[in-house]
Amino acid sequence: MISVLKPFEAKSEKLTFFSIIAVIVVMLLLNTLVGESSALHVPAYTLGNWGKYLCYAVLAMSLNMLWGYTGLLCLGQCLFFALGGYAFGMHLMLMTVDYGTVPEFMQFMGIQELPGFWYPFYNPFVAFLAVMVVPGVVAFIFGFLAFRSRIKGVYFSILTQALTYAAAILFFRNETGFGGNNGFTNFKYLFGGDLRSVDATRWLFAASGMLLVLVYWVIAWLLTTKFGKVQQAIRDSENRVRFSGYSTTHFKLFVFVVSAIIAGLAGALYVPQAGILNPSLMEPKIGLDIVVWVAVGGRGTKIGPIIGAILVSALKSFTTSAYPDYWLIMLGGLFVFVVLFMPDGIVGLAKKTWAKFQSKEVKA
Amino acid sequence: MTTLVSATGSETEVSCFERMNFFGCGMNIGINRAVRNHLMALTEIFKRLIFRAFALSVLIGPVRGAEAEARQLLSKLILTSGDEQIAVVEEFYDHGDGIIKEVIGGWRIGEVSILKIDGKRVALLKRGEGDYENISTGESLSGENRGTINRASRSLRKKLRRVVDFLDLSSSSPEERIEAAMKLGLTQNPDYVVVLQKRIDRQKDPDVRQAFETALNISLLKNGDQESRLQAVKDLGEVTSFPARDFIEAVRIEAEEKGLTNLESAAIKALRKIDSQQKVVEFYGSLLRGLSTGSVLLLVSYGLAITFGLMGVINMAHGEFIAIGGYTAYVVQGIFESTYGVGTTGYEWYFALALPASFFVAAFFGVLLERGVIQFLYNRPLESLLATWGISMIIQQAIRLKFGAANVAVSSPQWLFGSFEFHRVAMSYNRIFLIAFALFVIVATWLLLNKTNWGLHIRATMQNRRMASSLGINSSKVNMMTFAYGSGLAGLAGAFLSQIGNVGPSMGQTYIVDSFMVVVVGGVGNLLGAALSSLGIGVIDQGLQPLLGPVMGKITVLFGIILFLQLRPGGLFPARTRSLDD
Repeated sequence: MISVLKPFEAKSEKLTFFSIIAVIVVMLLLNTLVGESSALHVPAYTLGNWGKYLCYAVLAMSLNMLWGYTGLLCLGQCLFFALGGYAFGMHLMLMTVDYGTVPEFMQFMGIQELPGFWYPFYNPFVAFLAVMVVPGVVAFIFGFLAFRSRIKGVYFSILTQALTYAAAILFFRNETGFGGNNGFTNFKYLFGGDLRSVDATRWLFAASGMLLVLVYWVIAWLLTTKFGKVQQAIRDSENRVRFSGYSTTHFKLFVFVVSAIIAGLAGALYVPQAGILNPSLMEPKIGLDIVVWVAVGGRGTKIGPIIGAILVSALKSFTTSAYPDYWLIMLGGLFVFVVLFMPDGIVGLAKKTWAKFQSKEVKA
Repeated sequence: MTTLVSATGSETEVSCFERMNFFGCGMNIGINRAVRNHLMALTEIFKRLIFRAFALSVLIGPVRGAEAEARQLLSKLILTSGDEQIAVVEEFYDHGDGIIKEVIGGWRIGEVSILKIDGKRVALLKRGEGDYENISTGESLSGENRGTINRASRSLRKKLRRVVDFLDLSSSSPEERIEAAMKLGLTQNPDYVVVLQKRIDRQKDPDVRQAFETALNISLLKNGDQESRLQAVKDLGEVTSFPARDFIEAVRIEAEEKGLTNLESAAIKALRKIDSQQKVVEFYGSLLRGLSTGSVLLLVSYGLAITFGLMGVINMAHGEFIAIGGYTAYVVQGIFESTYGVGTTGYEWYFALALPASFFVAAFFGVLLERGVIQFLYNRPLESLLATWGISMIIQQAIRLKFGAANVAVSSPQWLFGSFEFHRVAMSYNRIFLIAFALFVIVATWLLLNKTNWGLHIRATMQNRRMASSLGINSSKVNMMTFAYGSGLAGLAGAFLSQIGNVGPSMGQTYIVDSFMVVVVGGVGNLLGAALSSLGIGVIDQGLQPLLGPVMGKITVLFGIILFLQLRPGGLFPARTRSLDD
């Protein structure tokens, strides 16, 4: 039995974990301690970007937990991310105006009085709770319905896509009350601090890094427990697990809800860093983007989703500014390439190469 | 009807057409009424579609008899004077040709002149600078000499205005007559009561006759005595006239105030009748819209029902094949435009070529995709999803680079424009064409799968790929052709969507979620299920829209589907199998 405190068995796993922490800390230090003139200095702008990438990485990890370890390909993970974002965004919007007055987007809608359910969001901790509760509840209801009737495989994927699609068109309506297609923007303060200051960027980066490390730890720990074994067994052969007397429905539901909560947390941290939130985040194509991150990095590996999310996002931000016309073609080509030639992603490829290298060494 | 008349030009053809209709009606007397109505609807639809296509090919008919007569009368009117002239005016009440309006209008503003040619006086109408038309023959003359300008006298002008007002009542087109009569009736002007009464007996066409009676009755609601008002209310209720509703309501209020119980109860009865009829018409109207929405869904999802349902390939690029079809229609249109020029008969037929072209172009791309990517992924459904999503992005962006990011305009051919009324339900030609085409696709696919050797191979391969190939079926070829067929159907759908929606790089994205829903609800691998579910979803969607608005209607449908899958996880027609999934 491995305790919560020591989820990593192999030496290489420990190494990976600590190097993730090291990278995050070093980036932060290079921004704060190294002078701006130095070549090693990480500008605040880069730090802000990387803060977003860390959120993407957490999002990819939440999907990997579902798809990589439980075999449930959810195409609507972006919905939970966006819901977490909206829950936290409500608090941020309230911070842009005086107490009791409505945010700007509502004024445009002609709403004079703040709807009652907005009031609890003045408290950042209530908002923080909602960030976890809202995606969790949505995932619970949908997952309950879907798993109960044993919807699985491709059908589950398609239904999750329909769910996020329905939510997107719902949020695009102005009448829904969350700003329609303009969404939330122009955030100003968080915990009394100015969001546009360098300090805020640092803190948010640090928070994202901490979330990533925490999620990594939790997922790794879960995998070592009996629960984690059942989880992976469901992926490999659900019927056998059920015949062995486990209620796979409950296990799947639990994993689904946990991964939705993780995605919600990532979304909440993403919104103040991105500075804008609108329903296009819920569109089915974003859901597929997340799947690509996981697939590129390596599905079913701990570090894969992180590498995939950061690499693809960095590639995207480079290509969209350098060759805007060809970004989609490159991304599409990447999909096809990964699926055809790198079924286990970058991590899988690296492992294979390493194994080959080692066997050669043995021969020599 | 309009096109029919303009093509043949004489009224005898119309009544002949009407008789055919009666005959069709009489033949089916034994059958129950609903069935008969449906049969009538179908025969009528086909007749109209055929006539429309025919009318297009004979755009310009021979010189019309009615017009020649009207021209003679007009020139007589202009060239005579005094009492004789006034007598001629009376004769116009029987004519309704368009030329009358033009000439009389021109006469009023001084564009009519009289010129002596070879000693005979000829009336001319100015058509443009130095361009005149001989009113009696319709010949055009050019030159500076236009003779002396002739204008109608003041008293004559007053009489002529009435001629123009009532002109449409005698138009050769029944639709124009109906419209004119209703227009006069709805004004409730007492002057028109006599005018309408005088013309009722002359109407042979039952539709027109009814319209005249209705118009007269509406007018009588206000202008008649108690007796005729009561009768008018009853009659209007009997024919359940929708435009009369508000007028009857006014009568009811008035009767209530004045304590005319007889009239009031008759009005209430009539109103109730009209309202219930209105509901029925609305119901059929939304049913028709639902069926056509369903047909769109069917067309866009049938290809997917084959690639996903039968072959198990999750083709996320399906939407892009729809876009390829739409753009093929656009390109074909461009080719026709440069060959024949806009608006010509040849150009109008571009769509007939665009349909097969879009099928084959999309099928060709389907073959490329299958050979290039999908053939390696038959055992890995989730990965085929990813790869095809990548392909879809590539195709989308390629379209954007080639044709631009904005939507392109694909025009509808004339013969798909317009609509007609059947039992008061407006049916537009392109909706009916759409439904007919969807039926065609279902039947053709069924025949292909069940009655051909190739279909047998497809079904065998889809059931068990390895067993089929060990029995000597070239399964790799079958896969390729089946995928091509599915993609071709998507292309066909795209060509169709170009008629009713926008053609743009991301047009397919709009339909991809819907298509998957249709296939899942229908039961994967079951084409009949896909057909039923698309029509069902279409009808429910259109039924909910008036109540909830388009967005909430759509969301309700999506959640409805999720709940439906609770009851029937395998869809309408689940695939029966004894094997465990994993």
